[in-house]
Amino acid sequence: MKRIALISTLFAGALLIWGTRDFPSWGDPNAPASRHVSPTYIERTVEETHIPNAVTSVLGDYRGYDTMFETVVIFCAGIVVISVLRRPDA
Amino acid sequence: MDAILSEIIAKYNYWIYVVLMMIGFYAMIGKNNLVKKLLGMNIFQTAIILMFISSGVKKGGLIPVLDKQAALEHGVNSALINNPVPHVLMLTAIVVSVSVTGVALALMQRIYRRYGTLEENEILEKMDR
Amino acid sequence: MKTDHSLPQDRPIGPSLIIEVGVRIMIPFIQLFGLYVIAHGHYSPGGGFQGGVVLGASFILMAIAFDLKTSLRFFSLRANAVMASSGVFIYTGTGVLCALVGGMFLDYSALDAILTLGPVEWRSMGVFIVELGVGLAVTAIMASLFWDLSSGGDMDKGL
Repeated sequence: MKRIALISTLFAGALLIWGTRDFPSWGDPNAPASRHVSPTYIERTVEETHIPNAVTSVLGDYRGYDTMFETVVIFCAGIVVISVLRRPDA
Repeated sequence: MDAILSEIIAKYNYWIYVVLMMIGFYAMIGKNNLVKKLLGMNIFQTAIILMFISSGVKKGGLIPVLDKQAALEHGVNSALINNPVPHVLMLTAIVVSVSVTGVALALMQRIYRRYGTLEENEILEKMDR
Repeated sequence: MKTDHSLPQDRPIGPSLIIEVGVRIMIPFIQLFGLYVIAHGHYSPGGGFQGGVVLGASFILMAIAFDLKTSLRFFSLRANAVMASSGVFIYTGTGVLCALVGGMFLDYSALDAILTLGPVEWRSMGVFIVELGVGLAVTAIMASLFWDLSSGGDMDKGL
């Protein structure tokens, strides 16, 4: 069992290292992740929202829907822990 | 030789995360104890978080907290500021990871109360009976 | 009589003066710092999630240094449930309010119809309100996760 785990782990790791050949190099300003929407966010955050911290403006305004369900997720986690552990029969 | 060296210098951070991910993955599928599996999952999540954060790095970039006055007067050169989107995504991913850890620990406490052990094979044996 | 202290649960755990006084002094500053991190999220690294975790950690520290009952005396289970739910409610309620006054869901600039601050300033204010909701929810859930997990759900005595 451990041998199967080790072999599949090494296989997955080798596949991922092979996959990094196509990745942009570290610190590349023209990486695809930095070209799509993030320049717009950085350039417009102050004039559109008056928030100098781009992370906060993206978190709360541009991607507020994501953060809303994030809050719902952590709320659900709290509810689950309460309903799993706080029971009289336990 | 030079090409390989420049490849190593450009990509070594991803390889570190792959190694970290392998540690977590092995713990998840190879270990027998449920707490160790959960720790492996946390290491795996850390590897993913580091990978995303490093994908937002620009060489010589500043943190994405701008100067309000200067930005209003002169505008911002986005090539000098790190990408804020991975930071936001990973901020929420960290919260999800905490929630998942909490729920998993709660379920483990229930499992321990019911079966008296957290070893996977012993639980499977007791479930058959 | 000689007692065996090799197991952690056999060690005598009594009140420790240094820890209690130290924690008593530290907790107000930790909570103030948590509020600062939430409120100053627009201008420095911070925001609802981070500040909420710091605030929740102050209650966890209270539960570790004294005991679970002390922590519950300052932050009751009822207040905890109300805080967690109201945090989520503030967030979704802000979104719905934006839709009700004529904008789109979570488009804070529409709130200008309620109080005239200018649409851009309202987007800043809307993010602050939303972060406050996130901070409330995260504070309450962090504390409740620790209480439940450390006491096994019966809230009797923790670690």
